[in-house]
Amino acid sequence: MTTALAVRDLEVVFDGFRALKGVSFDVRQGQSFGLVGESGSGKSTILRAIAGLAPVHSGSIAVDGKALGAGRDKAFYRAVQMVFQDPYGSLHPRQTVDRLLLEPLAIHGIGDSEPRIVRALDEVGLGSGFRFRYPHQLSGGQRQRVAIARALILEPSMLLLDEPTSALDASVQAEVLNLLEQVRRDRHLTFLMVSHDLAVITHMCGDLMVMQDGEEVERLTAADLAASKVAADYTRNLLRASVGFSRSLP
Amino acid sequence: MSLLLTVDDLHVRFATRSGTIEAVRGVSFALGRERLGIVGESGSGKSQTGRAIMGLTDPRAEVTAKRLEFDGIDLLAAPPRLRRDLRGTRIAMILQDPKYSLDPVMTIGRQIVETLRAHEDIARAEARERALDMLAAVQIREPKRVFELYPHEVSGGMGQRAMIAMMLVAGPELLIADEPTSALDVTVQLDVLRILDRLVSERGMGLIFISHDLRLISSFCDRVVVMYAGKVVEELPAAELSRARHPYTQGLLDCMPRIGADRHPLPVLNRRPEWAA
Repeated sequence: MTTALAVRDLEVVFDGFRALKGVSFDVRQGQSFGLVGESGSGKSTILRAIAGLAPVHSGSIAVDGKALGAGRDKAFYRAVQMVFQDPYGSLHPRQTVDRLLLEPLAIHGIGDSEPRIVRALDEVGLGSGFRFRYPHQLSGGQRQRVAIARALILEPSMLLLDEPTSALDASVQAEVLNLLEQVRRDRHLTFLMVSHDLAVITHMCGDLMVMQDGEEVERLTAADLAASKVAADYTRNLLRASVGFSRSLP
Repeated sequence: MSLLLTVDDLHVRFATRSGTIEAVRGVSFALGRERLGIVGESGSGKSQTGRAIMGLTDPRAEVTAKRLEFDGIDLLAAPPRLRRDLRGTRIAMILQDPKYSLDPVMTIGRQIVETLRAHEDIARAEARERALDMLAAVQIREPKRVFELYPHEVSGGMGQRAMIAMMLVAGPELLIADEPTSALDVTVQLDVLRILDRLVSERGMGLIFISHDLRLISSFCDRVVVMYAGKVVEELPAAELSRARHPYTQGLLDCMPRIGADRHPLPVLNRRPEWAA
């Protein structure tokens, strides 16, 4: 199995604050790897560091065996795409869906945009009726589908998913999660997914890493988690909290 | 059980350029000194129901009901002055995000003192004492220190506790909590709920807990009202949620991923037009 992503001793520092304190993990090609933790755990910072959106202080990141330097080349941005949490904030409000999907193609100098846009919309279940609408004319779930279409239109090999469903209603979340699984299967994509929701992460990812305060707490498989084979107290607390409220506990 | 609140056939309508939108369409329920959950997805009218009871509906909207009665007071016929007196004193509301619902340029202590002095004629020193006691009651370890802090200087969980302290300091009988923990981390969420739970039962308050989170509502409340498209589709004891009858409630429960359940793809909700009819 080839390694799609290798992160070694990654450290991210913002103005003297260590958001990531040396994190290492590998993601195999075609694997779906989850990062779970509460706010401030550094899980999103990992994705942002990979995408070149956070200052890497030390450590290394390699994609498909190629170490990433300070900058990122076009090939990287084609192979690795990101989907953000808030579909209200991540789509340009004054651009139509058509324009939003055209932009990545124009940047990468890819021709035959017409059929590609139609196909991309089709793939995320939107149909071409949505092509000339503005984001404010779409629901949250539809916007997130557009964001996924925008990521897929460049035919990437890896998706970085930052809480892609946490701004959505439960019923819409199910649809978007199903869509993500579908495209991963169809295109043999590698997923690196961040969520605060243990149930969502275990549903989507076979392997996951629990994080707290910029550090790894433990690494386990979804099956271990389901069987409560958990080593750290922190993970046990998360697991208990995910069940709901209980009056009997202290 | 004495009734605290009666809601009968509540409607909230907004006039828009493209016609009237009815956000709440005939909601009815009764509340005693208990924990009632209102659950629904965005746009179901759950928050507008809470706001109408509180009297915080946008003035341009039209609120009607056969009965909207709090402890024998007809809320819709009540003059604005009386409603203002009720708000904060006898009916209080906790909102979702402490970042937006606390005044950013006033210390937490001053905000609580202000609340108290708006409703009761008491001396500054006494108000301060009661505010500190209240901060201690929501399990803030150093009430004196937190009293002097501004909202941006505290964490989300701490901010929400301060908010609860502010809402409960005047001793309301009915508390409406609109997504009180949705902006918080799961473990913090449970701490805040535990505090809320204890205070509500100790003081014998009625609680309306509004949330999109079915799992949370069912584990926290005594009774659950499920809303869809502005209507109540089902009302049932929280413990019996797994035996819900309405296909919407069943579908909503079913579409959530569960730890240890291998369901690929997840079942999705097939919305039927007759649910909204």
